[in-house]
Amino acid sequence: MLNFVIPVALAMLAIAMGLNLLRLVKGPSTPDRILALDTLTINTIAVVMLIGITASSAAYFEAALLIAMMGFIGTVALCKFLLGGDIIE
Amino acid sequence: MTLFPRVLPQPTITLGIMGLWMVLAPSASLGNLLLAVILGVSIPWITRSFWPDRPYLARPLTGIVLFVRVVGDIIVASWEVARLVVGPLDRLKPAFIDVPIEIDDPFVATLLASIVSLTPGTVSVDIDRAAGILNVHALNVADEAEMIAAIKRRYEAPLKRVFGC
Amino acid sequence: MIVDIVISLLILVGATFALVGSIGLARLPDFFTRLHGPTKATTLGVGSVVIASLIHSGAATGGVSLRELAISLFLFITAPVSAHLLAKAALKTRANRSAKP
Repeated sequence: MLNFVIPVALAMLAIAMGLNLLRLVKGPSTPDRILALDTLTINTIAVVMLIGITASSAAYFEAALLIAMMGFIGTVALCKFLLGGDIIE
Repeated sequence: MTLFPRVLPQPTITLGIMGLWMVLAPSASLGNLLLAVILGVSIPWITRSFWPDRPYLARPLTGIVLFVRVVGDIIVASWEVARLVVGPLDRLKPAFIDVPIEIDDPFVATLLASIVSLTPGTVSVDIDRAAGILNVHALNVADEAEMIAAIKRRYEAPLKRVFGC
Repeated sequence: MIVDIVISLLILVGATFALVGSIGLARLPDFFTRLHGPTKATTLGVGSVVIASLIHSGAATGGVSLRELAISLFLFITAPVSAHLLAKAALKTRANRSAKP
């Protein structure tokens, strides 16, 4: 059953990431692009977790955790830059 | 008891760090437990001057009820957003709403803003604690007064009871 | 068998919500409405995929593994924070733009 479900889910996530890329290219404003990047990282976590299920390996978990953290910190840093022009106050 | 807040200024965070370390560690060995205790005690102690005064958890039980309600609302909220997004867009009536809040504590106000962001059709944009206003953006406003009342009744009132403020 | 069905259901529901969030991001008319899709639908979707992975690894090893729960929790804590910061940044850039002639 999982052999069938996981490719379907991966395809759906691929479409989702394609839509995110579309928004990333189209903009129009900078916050739009940051939001698109943030959503792209969150979708990447789902992809990595699904690959981790198929591979039955715990190593993918660490990758997903790192992507989650880097994505959040990146979003915060970019927003801070827009808000003040300075990342560290 | 006077030593307790000096050595462990943030007992909840100490427990959180220890729990997280044990969950993330590859094995639950004695060495990892020791490391968890060292990190859990030293990190809050080193960063103690940066922590604001945490409010006192007056009613943990109401907190659990609120937590379950918020989890349920997150699922309902996502379903709602899904329906609105896939359906026709010209029926949407997005708007900014000012919700008057009566919470002074910064931590509790942040908690309320986070809950509002995760629940039906609303994202909190700005908190003005001096004026007591939470600025919220709603995806689809049918009745503004009803929406404000719902936020106050479902989330603000229980939060105030949980933290006794 | 039942475990497999539960995992499959969680994965499908999760992927659907993630897709819907991204459709919202691509389709809705302005920034503040776009903010709604990713903060709610995508977070829940990815959260449920992560929980499916938790059940899967728990069933495979026979024990309870809570490590994936850390990711879900992290996502649910950070989503409102980044949404809030993005909204503030959008308000500021909009104010800057309208201030310019």
